[in-house]
This record gives sequence, structure tokens and C-alpha cells, in this order.
Amino acid sequence: MPQFLEHSGTSWKGQKVKHDLSVIDKLDPRLRVIMVTLFAFVTVLSESFWVLSLGVLVGLLLALLAQLNVKRTLRRVIAMDMFMIFLVIMLPFTTPGEALFTVAGLSASIEGFLHALMILLKAHAVVLSLLALVGTLSATTLGHALAHLRVPDKLVHLLLFTVRYLDVIGQEYKRMRRAMQARAFVLRTDMHTWRSIGYLIGMLLVHSLERSERIMDAMKCRGYKGQFYLFDDMALGTHDYRFMALFLPFLCGLIGLNFL
Amino acid sequence: MVESELSGKSTAPLIQVRGLSYRYPRRGLVLDDVDFQLNLSERVALTGANGAGKTTLLHLLVGLKKAKSGDIFAFGESRKEERSFVDVRARAGFLFQDPDDQLFCPTVLEDVAFGPLNLGKSREEALKIATNTLASLGMAGFEERITHQLSGGEKRMITLASVLAMEPEVLLLDEPSNALDSKARQHLIDTLKTLPQAMIIISHDSDFLAQLATREVRLEGAKLNLVEKRKLDTVGLVEKSNQ
Repeated sequence: MPQFLEHSGTSWKGQKVKHDLSVIDKLDPRLRVIMVTLFAFVTVLSESFWVLSLGVLVGLLLALLAQLNVKRTLRRVIAMDMFMIFLVIMLPFTTPGEALFTVAGLSASIEGFLHALMILLKAHAVVLSLLALVGTLSATTLGHALAHLRVPDKLVHLLLFTVRYLDVIGQEYKRMRRAMQARAFVLRTDMHTWRSIGYLIGMLLVHSLERSERIMDAMKCRGYKGQFYLFDDMALGTHDYRFMALFLPFLCGLIGLNFL
Repeated sequence: MVESELSGKSTAPLIQVRGLSYRYPRRGLVLDDVDFQLNLSERVALTGANGAGKTTLLHLLVGLKKAKSGDIFAFGESRKEERSFVDVRARAGFLFQDPDDQLFCPTVLEDVAFGPLNLGKSREEALKIATNTLASLGMAGFEERITHQLSGGEKRMITLASVLAMEPEVLLLDEPSNALDSKARQHLIDTLKTLPQAMIIISHDSDFLAQLATREVRLEGAKLNLVEKRKLDTVGLVEKSNQ
């Protein structure tokens, strides 16, 4: 598993992730989810560079307020950039318009370039605000917040079970991988490697399926009838109202700026 | 509630099985016309080779698998369809082989309170039961711990707590001492000894069984045979000398 994926998988409560409590952590989890969703929609639907730059600035501001770990945040942002880099490189060449420069007979258009820049700004604004507001929640709290927000039970359960069993499946993968290494297996580009890795992934799926059946049995044995119960009551406090009073007018301002 | 049931005068077996058969599509017949009964405050050891069908038998008792033929009576009633087994599962606590299968909630407290909540207890009651059960097993202070970060011995005790929180009348233990170090194992034995519930214990650990079991039955060739007490001891000796 690549390093950055492994790392982002360990951000839930209890793992040794150094995260100091900040102003953001005083906010109600539900509020954070709603606000970041609204912010994401406003940003993604905006077409003005002013609005988008402002969005990135606010994303940065939120990240600073949340006292995000610089190194880890940078790593995550770069991970996202890796997904988009091809898009950003291809866009100037595939969008028709006025030529900016040419490479090997292909001309890059200004329109495409601006479009790519816009996508980059949008993505960074959204990712920074997400990392600041939602990324600082433990995955369990996030699941509970979503459940309180009436997100369908199935989706919430999916999230909570993923949190619980990602580690177990990861361990299983590592155990099998080590067992392979212990029998002198080395990754090569030959049929044997492909087949073995195929077996490994297949076995992981089979094990996971069997485990899920055992978990279901264990839950039935404890009287599970398709319903989960939430323990935490979430209530809005003064911090939350203050945050709303600041953030909602700001969002309206962002929307308004689009029409100037 | 458990106390009053256990001290009651009724001498009827808690769980009774007649002519039970089960067949796997590829493994073939694992249980052939098996008779068995569990009486009040008995601790029955269920032994047999790997793949003999011990776990299958326990799964049949709580209706996780459906028998090909035979009758299951639990707590005075005949149990046939899924619906009638729901009640059995509430009254017979099942401890699974792998604690990771059982602990699915992020935190210990949520996991222990899961059973009581399913039994219709209110949140406050469930929390109280959970905290008390943890305390009675000497696991107070583990409430907010993350389940997948516990050690093997801790996981085992928490799964036991999560089963006991439902106040079962019978305990079905599937290799409870698996992968425990000697200290955690002794702690488990001492804890189980203090419990009033009747138990069926699957285990390959002869010393573990010698300390707990009141009698032993052995699954061999799809048949369930009673093991004489003397034989049990010699089996234990042989296995010890092998180690």
C-alpha cells in the first residue's frame, strides 16, 4: 500500500495522530459537515477567479484555524494533485481557442489554461476546507454526525464498518504478503507474479466475505435486528451560532460576487 | 433474573437436541443423528478433531445454520424457524472464535451496550449494564478504548463482557482460550469459574477443560460420544507429554 494512503487511513481517533484541539474542534460535527458541503457547492459552481481565489484563501484560513499538521496536510494535498495533474496538463491542448504556445505541433489554448487553473483553485479550496472542518473529526464522530443528519443508515454503517475493519483487512493483507515473502516471493514482471498477486487479492476478498458473514452471525447472536443506536447527543452551542453568523453571510457574499 | 432462573426448581434440560444431522455440500456429513442435552449449571466440554463439526453444532443450536433433520429444544420450546431462534440467541450467549468478528463497534462501551440495546433496553440502562459488566470482569476503565487496538487477552475479555451484558442463561464458548498467553488464559478460567451459567466449551486445550468442564463429549465420525472422566485425564497427560 502506498505510504500516503496508509497514513490517511490512520486519522481516526485513538491512532497516534498528533492533532491539538483547536477552535474548529469546538464546533458541532453536524454543523461542520453542513457548512463544508455548502462551501464546496458554492466554490465548485463559481466561475469567477475572484471568488475562487477568495475560496482558496478561506480554505487556508480554516486550515490555519484548525492547526493542521503542515507536513501531513501537504502530503494529502499533493496526493490529490497527483490525481489531477494529467487533467491539468491535457486541458490546454484539448480545449480549442487562442494559442498560447505550441509543443511538438500541438497548441495550448489560453481558454484551456484558464479552465485548468480554475479547476485547480476549486479543488484546493474544497480540499483545504474539508481537511480543516471534516478531516479533524474522528471517523466515528463523522459517521454519527451523518446519522444525526439523516443520511441513509446503510451509508453510515458502511462508513463505520470500514473504519472498524480496514485495519483488520490491512493486517490480513500484510500477513499474507509476509507469508509470500517468507517463501522467497519477489515482485517481477512475469506470469507467476501476476498470478500470485491475483491469488492474493482474490484470497483477501474471500477472507473479507467470510469475515463479514461471521460478523453478521455474531451480531445476530446479540439480538441485532437491523438497527443501530447512537449514544452521543449533539447540540448546537454559542460557538456554533457565532460560526454560522460569520460563515453564512460569507457564503452569500461569494455567491453574490459571481454576478458582479 | 439469571439468578432466579438458575435457582429455580425446574430440572428440564436448558438445551436438548434429538437426531440432529447436518451436511456440508463438499465436506459431507459432519453431524449424523446427534443427541445432546445441556442441564442446569453444567459445563460441558465439546472436543473433536479440526473440522469435526464442533462449531457447526453450536451454530445449529442458535439457528445460524439450519439443520437437515432433527429437533432442537431450547428453554422449554421447540425451535425451528429463524423467528423462534431470536429468543434463543438472547438467552444463550455465543462467544466467537475470533474476537475481531464480534467486536465491530469502534469503542468498547458501544460494543458491550450493543446487546442490551437490541434487547430493548433504554440508552441509560444499556450504558449502566455495560459499565457494570465491564467492572465485574475487572475491565473498568476500558470503556473509551478503541476495540481493534486491544491486545488479544483484552479483546477476549471484552467479547465476554459483551455477551454477559445480555444476561444469558447459557454460554456457548468457541475456543475461548485460543491464542491467549498463560496469564490471560488463567484470568479467563478464573472468570468463567465464577459464572453461574451453564456452558458448552469447545477447546483443544486439555488443561483449560480440566479446570472448567464437568463432563466431556467428543465429536468423532459425525457422532457425538460421551468421554469417561478417566479417559479425559489420560488424554490430557498424553497431550502434555507431547508438548
